[in-house]
Amino acid sequence: MIEVKDLHKAFGGTEVLKGISTTFEKGKTNLIIGQSGSGKTVFMKCLLGLITPDSGIISYNGQVYSELSPSKQRDLRQEMGMVFQGSALFDSMTVEGNVMFPLEMFTRKSQEEMQDRVDFVLKRVNLIDAHKKFPSEISGGMQKRVAIARAIVMNPQYLFCDEPNSGLDPKTAIIIDNLIKEITEEYNITTVINTHDMNSVMEIGEKIVFLKNGHKAWEGTKQQIFRTDNKAVTDFVYSSELFKKVRQMYQEERD
Amino acid sequence: MNYLASIGSYAIMIVETFKKPTKWHIMRSLILKEIDELIFGSLGIIIFISFFIGGVVSIQTALNISNPLIPRNLIGFATRQSVILEFAPTFTSIIMAGKVGSYITSSIGTMRVTEQIDALEVMGVNSLNYLVFPKIVAMFFYPFAVAIAMYVGILGGWIAGVFGGFSSSADFIEGLQLDFDPFHVTYSFIKSVVFAFVIATVPSYHGYYMKGGALEVGKAATVSFVWTSVVIIILNYILTQLMLG
Repeated sequence: MIEVKDLHKAFGGTEVLKGISTTFEKGKTNLIIGQSGSGKTVFMKCLLGLITPDSGIISYNGQVYSELSPSKQRDLRQEMGMVFQGSALFDSMTVEGNVMFPLEMFTRKSQEEMQDRVDFVLKRVNLIDAHKKFPSEISGGMQKRVAIARAIVMNPQYLFCDEPNSGLDPKTAIIIDNLIKEITEEYNITTVINTHDMNSVMEIGEKIVFLKNGHKAWEGTKQQIFRTDNKAVTDFVYSSELFKKVRQMYQEERD
Repeated sequence: MNYLASIGSYAIMIVETFKKPTKWHIMRSLILKEIDELIFGSLGIIIFISFFIGGVVSIQTALNISNPLIPRNLIGFATRQSVILEFAPTFTSIIMAGKVGSYITSSIGTMRVTEQIDALEVMGVNSLNYLVFPKIVAMFFYPFAVAIAMYVGILGGWIAGVFGGFSSSADFIEGLQLDFDPFHVTYSFIKSVVFAFVIATVPSYHGYYMKGGALEVGKAATVSFVWTSVVIIILNYILTQLMLG
């Protein structure tokens, strides 16, 4: 579980995060949603330790990140897996090399053990014949799967995904979303997903945190988001015709 | 003030580069890869430029000797002194700042804009040690390239002088041996070690701390070449004053 208390972050004179407090639960897919510029990416980078917040507390299973020594912080980071928006695969390495990289860096496993683990996770993300290919030789959807495989190869306790289905066609996006949800449940990990895609909310959202202008404007479940009267949320969610119709359905159900 | 901040960031980068080392068996393969890329990959251009520069120095010296009292062995002497003292270590380093420096800046800069450096950091890898340290170690082999540049430069001078009809082979070789001070070679190697460090770290700094997208990667490579050249030229002056002055 990840707990965040009163998180603030400013760049220059601009306050990007304005006192965010929330909890991300274990074994669930927690979604951070909001418009572009709402502070989602900065918030996630604070959670990952890539940006140091100005004030506030982030704790991982009770361990306050800022109170840990640098070596303990690095140990904690090894329990985190991250799927970047652009996949961030290492261009100079094959698919297999990318997935094996964390094992080579941080474990004392033999080559055979590492190979078995890589084969297992690549099979888990449904990539069987791409071991020797380079990232530039595979599709965007496959790159995302490799990024997921690399993120879970060390059996992390926390999985972070930044816009995991951006740039993907709707069908592949759903496959990636479902893969993340399955992995979250299978390994009982705390997953935090940064997205502005309402389809993802519909597909896999269990807990949703809505950010607006650096504030937490709302939080709740997938079911609650379609019933809330919070104006910030409704403006965001019902910006498309499709979701306006979904709302109508819910209202008809209520009436 | 911006310059001071940049010097401070550069110093911090250097310190961080030597912290939390990457596992040796991984680092060894990274170093070998960088030696291949940075040193062996540059030998062709170094040999090509040194040969012709040596030739030009030889011809220029010959054409400017009109006084019959000046001995013809001056052509070999001037070629040796110019190539060993300046052309091999300094001129080659400026070329390397362009070739190797822009490669380093653009490769690290591309990793920055595609979030590959963030990916390393999230995993708990010291990205500076992983990316910059192998380049520094690889560039310590740069004096070998400078030694080749010296040899090929003098060879180019000999070929241009003798086959161009400006000097006899005996005069040229006599000039090469005239008043030879081995410390000049040592001085040249000391300079090349210092320049190697600059060529590895200044472009790394510009790549690592760059912000923006593909266009900024190109700009960073250009800025990095300018600053690497400036630093090399300033250090060349300081080292010459300290060691030969």
